[in-house]
Amino acid sequence: MSSTNGTANGTTNGAVKGTALTLDQARRYARHIILPEVGPMGQRQLLAAKVLLIGAGGLGSPAALYLAAAGVGRIGIVDYDTVDLSNLHRQIIHGHHNIGVAKVDSVRERLHDVNPDVDVVTFNEPITSENAFDIIRDFDIVVNGSDNFPTRYLVNDACYLLKKPLVDGTLFRFEGRANVFLPGKGCYRCLFPAPPPPGAVPSCAEAGVLGAMCGVIGTIQAVETVKLILNLGDPLVNRLMLFDSLSMEFREVKIPRDPNCPLCGDNPTIHELIDYEAFCGAPVTTLG
Amino acid sequence: MLRPTVGGERSVAAEGATLRELIENVNQRHPGFAGQLLETTGKQRPFVNIYVNDEDVRYLKGLDTAVEAADVISILPAVAGG
Repeated sequence: MSSTNGTANGTTNGAVKGTALTLDQARRYARHIILPEVGPMGQRQLLAAKVLLIGAGGLGSPAALYLAAAGVGRIGIVDYDTVDLSNLHRQIIHGHHNIGVAKVDSVRERLHDVNPDVDVVTFNEPITSENAFDIIRDFDIVVNGSDNFPTRYLVNDACYLLKKPLVDGTLFRFEGRANVFLPGKGCYRCLFPAPPPPGAVPSCAEAGVLGAMCGVIGTIQAVETVKLILNLGDPLVNRLMLFDSLSMEFREVKIPRDPNCPLCGDNPTIHELIDYEAFCGAPVTTLG
Repeated sequence: MLRPTVGGERSVAAEGATLRELIENVNQRHPGFAGQLLETTGKQRPFVNIYVNDEDVRYLKGLDTAVEAADVISILPAVAGG
């Protein structure tokens, strides 16, 4: 594992639970703090939180921006791609001047501008079975914005084995989905026991995606993450939220925990990370 | 993803007493539809979820799950876009 900006063991700019807010922080987060459900203690919880984003693409962009603006103290970003002109219709964290720049560097620049309170930790490398535990271990929550099946199964398995909440989201053309996997309450393998064969399901690059859909789903992922940090409301656990932008309908279906799941079931057979490219029959391309 | 197999429609009506019969009914009008959902063995594909209302049929009776007139069947293939 290499980190291009500090490490997941670094400091969080003094933003630890129990530390009083500065005057600037009290002003910056005033609209949060005035919410009885948040208050100064909740804001300190946000400042002490450590969230890892898998992918700095369509979903990772709005999620990172809102989590940074919310004052999440440490935001990790895993992505090894560079910004391309074709990203900019949906990946709103990057700008035209970032074309050709590593996405993680573009994210760090933008988040520091949004909120200098945030400690941005970047991982300019693929997440693999070899480094996933090291990357994820020191974060509280993982937000998945990856765009390929091997990474989705890898992140799912790593989060379950490390007992980390996973805030998931996916996009396809004019539709999006979001949900939260909490350890012990089902996982991605309970939802989809096996990946499609290569080529059976087109990617966003092949099928297209309405750019603003990324904002809807990525922002919902940010909302769910903040709710988990603050222990607020009812997260999207054991339910998959479906959004169809053409009919402008939100609905839900249930995601039961599968007692026969090989990862989180009653008699699991997966106890360590596997070869996900072999499992999915496809190489990892980019993350977001 | 499945819409091209049913002429681009977002939803189609179907008749049958079980999920399997519904699929066969749609497949008669739109050949190739069943193949998107089922393996050649007739088993449900593991990357295509089917819901009766909001319940995943894998946790009901699978393709033998009974359906009624007002039920809504949703088909969700796995997607990975992010």
